[in-house]
Amino acid sequence: MVGLHHSEFKNPIIRWIDTRLPIFTIMQAEYGKFPTPKNFNALWNFGAFATFMLVAMIVTGIFLAMSYDPNTTHAFDSVERIMRDVNYGWLLRYLHANGASMFFAVVYIHTFRGMYYGSFKAPRELLWILGMVIFLLLMATAFLGYTLPWGQMSFWGATVITNLFSAIPFVGKGIVTWLWGGFSVDNPTLNRFFAFHFLLPFVICAVVFLHVWALHMTGSNNPTGVEPKTAADTVPFHPYYTTKDIFGLVIFLIIYAVITFYFPNMLGHADNYVEANPMVTPAHIVPEWYFLPFYAILRAVTWSITIPFTHIVVIEAKLGGVIAMFGSIAVLFALPWLDTHPVRSADYRPVLKKFIWALVVVWVLLGMAGGHSPDDHVTIFGLDLHFTWVVVAQLGMLYYFVHFVVVLPWLSRHEKALPLPESIDAAVQAKGAKA
Amino acid sequence: MGSNGNCSDCSCTASHPSRRDFIYMTAGAMAAVGAGAVAWPLVQSMEPAADTLAMSTTEVSLADIPAGTGKTVMWQGKPVFVRHRTPEEIKEAQDADSAAMVDPEKDSARVQKPEWLIVVGVCTHLGCVPIGEKPTENRGEFGGWFCPCHGSQYDTSGRIRKGPAPRNLDVPKYTFLSDTSVRIG
Repeated sequence: MVGLHHSEFKNPIIRWIDTRLPIFTIMQAEYGKFPTPKNFNALWNFGAFATFMLVAMIVTGIFLAMSYDPNTTHAFDSVERIMRDVNYGWLLRYLHANGASMFFAVVYIHTFRGMYYGSFKAPRELLWILGMVIFLLLMATAFLGYTLPWGQMSFWGATVITNLFSAIPFVGKGIVTWLWGGFSVDNPTLNRFFAFHFLLPFVICAVVFLHVWALHMTGSNNPTGVEPKTAADTVPFHPYYTTKDIFGLVIFLIIYAVITFYFPNMLGHADNYVEANPMVTPAHIVPEWYFLPFYAILRAVTWSITIPFTHIVVIEAKLGGVIAMFGSIAVLFALPWLDTHPVRSADYRPVLKKFIWALVVVWVLLGMAGGHSPDDHVTIFGLDLHFTWVVVAQLGMLYYFVHFVVVLPWLSRHEKALPLPESIDAAVQAKGAKA
Repeated sequence: MGSNGNCSDCSCTASHPSRRDFIYMTAGAMAAVGAGAVAWPLVQSMEPAADTLAMSTTEVSLADIPAGTGKTVMWQGKPVFVRHRTPEEIKEAQDADSAAMVDPEKDSARVQKPEWLIVVGVCTHLGCVPIGEKPTENRGEFGGWFCPCHGSQYDTSGRIRKGPAPRNLDVPKYTFLSDTSVRIG
């Protein structure tokens, strides 16, 4: 008969289903036999961690939503009620709040892995772009979720970030009013933020599905960046990488549990335990740690761009900061066309390797700059260095863009790579011989 | 053109569209209009609702505001600064060279009665509430307000003089109902 699948399964029930909907065949092909490079290191665990975190956040989130009240008069108290009165509410909330941090940590390492080993290069460009789409959605979801407890940081974070859109010429103010559903961040804003915070994770699930689909079309990259050539280069996904992922996940869960149970407020801000007050701004508004580098870039632009020799402002500083911040994410989307060097893995590109680690250092410095008030002086062990954090942010931003827009294209043409191994198998054998 | 992928084996050209082209284009146009008609109410539902708009005025008594201090009132969910200016503050605001400012505006264009300055208490940078309503608070170098978030400084006319904010504090629409009472909005 046309359309029925010829199932290889023997079990009659599985066979009956598989003939009509070949889900078992697909699962076995994609997660059972799926040939996977045999040389993965621990960095290849992070996709599995991210998948786990997505599920964990959705599960804890749905149960939190059952006790949360998205109304400005009750939101803050309902969160306190979750903490004190709801059975295991404290556990759900601490898992969810710290889960956001774990999720971002995992996603940053996963993204770094892709950058370091050139996983974004042809034919995996679309895979990379889908990953960046997930990253953007994740940032939006995290921002919306942070508003919900309706503490001071929630309220003022939402105010500052929605006000970014007011920098858009002509239509900016109208857009902000539309986002708020009023004339300030208020009850209509909280309601819709809750609705979108609930919706977006499912959109993320859909894009993750596409991301994994694209991955299974191209197959995984690996630490050598050399494509598998023969059967000797790969192992079946199950049991080799199911086991490796589960082992990694156990270690990851230990860290997650230690933070949740012993340091549940380490990554939070005390100000967010003060209920939102539209009349008083906290002295120091800072986002969560995972947004700090972007926040630093936002505030690094302190000058307006004018037409030379006139005072006509083309881009005022505020808009410039917003453009720089979104630009810092936009360059990541363009990465496959900025780094076009034929060798993927930075292990075989000694110059790129140095620049990538410099980028990591700059990223951390940007994060530190984002956490300080721009006018604070930089100090090391109490020694005043006589320059401010905004200078660090400006230099960091400069390096960030130069890295992507100048260094990578230049290296793509001029860097001489080390000799690549014959195959994944040869690389593994050589490593074994050395050890 | 659109109806037939390969134009070489038919006589259609851009100047002689076929009936099929016409149907495709009108159907496409109608689909676009339909999509717009679906999206419009959804987008509009996110605009401020009628009850939000209805709460858009507030009345303020001026009797209890001594000169040199300000009162912060809530209007449309935002703080509004009602500042009773001293003669020195008025003189400072009027004498400053407004042409050289970031957002040039004369003091006379920003007040109805010189002793009363009424501005929206939201920093035009990223929306924080500047401090300086009480004389004991930091009012910045220009004696008006200081925004603790990113260091914007406003003068006694609420004009931006230093820091990242691009515009002066907004002046809301207001009407003096009597010598001691004003309606904002």
